[in-house]
Amino acid sequence: MNLSVHRLIPTISTCSSFFIRRRLAHFTFFKDQPDPAHGPTKEMNLCQTIQNALDITLKNDHTAIIFGEDVAFGGVFRCTAELRPKYGADRVFNTPLCEQGIVGFGIGAAVAGATSIAEIQFADYIFPAYDQIVNEAAKYRYRSQNLFNCGRLTIRAPWGAVGHGALYHSQSPEAQFMHTPGIKVVIPRSAIQAKGLLLSCIKDDNPCIFFEPKILYRSAKEDVPLNEYTIPLSKAQIITEGSDITLVSWGTQVHVIRVVAQMAAKENISCEVIDLRTIVPWDVDTICQSVSKTGRLLISHEAPITAGVGAEIAATVSKECFLNLEAPIERICGYDIHPIPHVFEPFYFPSKWRCLEAIKRMINF
Amino acid sequence: MNTYAKLLIRLQPSGRQLLQQQQQHEQIASSLPTVFSSVRKASSGTTLEYDTPKAYKLHMLEKGPSTHVSCNREEGLEYYKKMQVVRRMEASANNMYKSKLIRGFCHLYSGQEAVCVGMKAAMDKNDSLITAYRAHGWTYMMGVSVTGILAELTGRKSGCAEGRGGSMHMYAPNFYGGNGIVGAQVPLGAGVAFAHKYRGESNVCIALYGDGAANQGQVFEAYNMAKLWSLPCIFVCENNGYGMGTSTARASANPNFYTRCEYIPGIWVDGMDVLAVREATRFARDWCTSGKGPMIMEMATYRYFGHSMSDPGTSYRTREEVQDVRKSRDPITSFREKVIEANLATDEEFKNIDNEVKKIIEDAENHAQNDPELHVDELYSHVYSMRPENFKIRGCDNFTFKEISK
Repeated sequence: MNLSVHRLIPTISTCSSFFIRRRLAHFTFFKDQPDPAHGPTKEMNLCQTIQNALDITLKNDHTAIIFGEDVAFGGVFRCTAELRPKYGADRVFNTPLCEQGIVGFGIGAAVAGATSIAEIQFADYIFPAYDQIVNEAAKYRYRSQNLFNCGRLTIRAPWGAVGHGALYHSQSPEAQFMHTPGIKVVIPRSAIQAKGLLLSCIKDDNPCIFFEPKILYRSAKEDVPLNEYTIPLSKAQIITEGSDITLVSWGTQVHVIRVVAQMAAKENISCEVIDLRTIVPWDVDTICQSVSKTGRLLISHEAPITAGVGAEIAATVSKECFLNLEAPIERICGYDIHPIPHVFEPFYFPSKWRCLEAIKRMINF
Repeated sequence: MNTYAKLLIRLQPSGRQLLQQQQQHEQIASSLPTVFSSVRKASSGTTLEYDTPKAYKLHMLEKGPSTHVSCNREEGLEYYKKMQVVRRMEASANNMYKSKLIRGFCHLYSGQEAVCVGMKAAMDKNDSLITAYRAHGWTYMMGVSVTGILAELTGRKSGCAEGRGGSMHMYAPNFYGGNGIVGAQVPLGAGVAFAHKYRGESNVCIALYGDGAANQGQVFEAYNMAKLWSLPCIFVCENNGYGMGTSTARASANPNFYTRCEYIPGIWVDGMDVLAVREATRFARDWCTSGKGPMIMEMATYRYFGHSMSDPGTSYRTREEVQDVRKSRDPITSFREKVIEANLATDEEFKNIDNEVKKIIEDAENHAQNDPELHVDELYSHVYSMRPENFKIRGCDNFTFKEISK
């Protein structure tokens, strides 16, 4: 896929013509700084970082195998480039075009003791494998009373809007998997986060789905530590502290709400920005403690609003923090139409303007 | 894949070397006839007739389509013109994509024209068809104008789906698209075939898929249902040798797609010969409409462009291979030569047709570049049918609701 995203140019929604705006990304990428304790770093983008994480896994775990459509030559996004020549065709190999088969096969290999890393070429294609994930992978430990499990399975898939993906290369299906107990769903916002989270998913003793924001593959460039490090799952991260309102998101949308926080700061509204990171099991404590402090919550995600992840967070927080809330919880998400019609893509996004408007509504409630 | 090729993989895992060696040994193109039978000059000079002994291979069939094919002058010129329109239309789409007038995904049909033109020539006007994403050629053959297609690619209101569908989602009466998830359209095709049978129509549904999708489980589910219930469904595998960048030998344990089902008869057809394709489709259609159940066809064809516009098409096959096919097996030039050799038309007449085609494409390009786009309120349209009482589509926050007008 050819992704040419101009990451440093913020969206100018007031004055640009429609055509100019179509070529700009809908967000600005915010770089994070690496933890100095993790040692030497190298500037890498998201896909190079994923490749680095997989390289470390194949090196240290001799049972690790990576498979999926076209992974042998490096994959359509080059995340698995150079792994096959280095580790051999019996560890990095292509599968035919059959998602149900890929995941089913991955579950079997994981149950038998291999660290299976399955790649689904686009998250939009994961649905033939939905039965395998929900009915087999998620239930294995539960139904066998812990005699068997497929915890060594990790499924990776490119996720989310990319600017020209249209209906079948832009979906964010995390809500459909959040509804399934027994699996973990993780979405990183940047390269440094991705490496730690992916390594945690691979080491985690539960089947994990790791969604990689495809629009960030080339544009998320950071100084990523070369050593192995993990980031704990089910822990949200408070990126910026604030006192007036809590903003929660994940993946690409985190960068949008970081801009929103800056815009709100100009109007003396102090925002606490939280990256959820693990969608399920999600970090209820961090979010609730934050909302207890601020009294207001805005959740934003690309997926359609009805029954999105935001709905679950809103329901839980409104129960736990009912008496602390100063305003109703707002969700700024995609429309309840199919994500994302190509010709209307710029109109579909939960943009920073809509988020800012919602913040003002909550402050003035 | 033979054992020698397997050995090569273990010794030299480098991608490009591997593929070149595989090609030498597996001869992906070799199973296709490179020598055409000589064209017999008909005595009256009004028909093109020739024999195609190597154009078919049969699975579970004692008798296959006739190896003697013919067409008259009118048909010859019509097929040529249609193939040329598809070829030029795809070239135009290629250019517009490169100048960023078309964005998103675009999968071109160039090289495979004989399949859509040949099959449509044998189809009844009420037959149905469904295919995957390499759909522009089929959209044209199923009745959408070039303007409808090119404007759809550029996202304009004059497009066949008013700009909402784009490259992969083009539709027309009896043409069920245009589908993004490969393999998913095959059971759909079986369902449409069921509808024909149920209504007592003597029509078939043609469900097309590629060599990559042939390994999807749901294709086999569709085979089983079609045979069990004797559905008038023709399953057609458009085998162009590559599933994106993976050759058939590396993706399929059995790359003979016409033999994939042990209980449905199959025909392998030389997909570069438009008359052979037509003859085979007639045979398959007669089979299905006479109540004998489904049939599988494998069209051995080739695509010149890469998988899509973001694939140069040369990282998994050599430029020489592509040029070789263009020179020796191009469906359009080889058909033109045959028609000229049979004295049905002159070079001059073909040039005139080419000019006509050029005009059609230019006019369509004009519309595609200048027509208005769909209004933004259409964002909310056609999610559901029949607006329920008081139901509004929620916008992207708790306060945005839209009345659905349709």
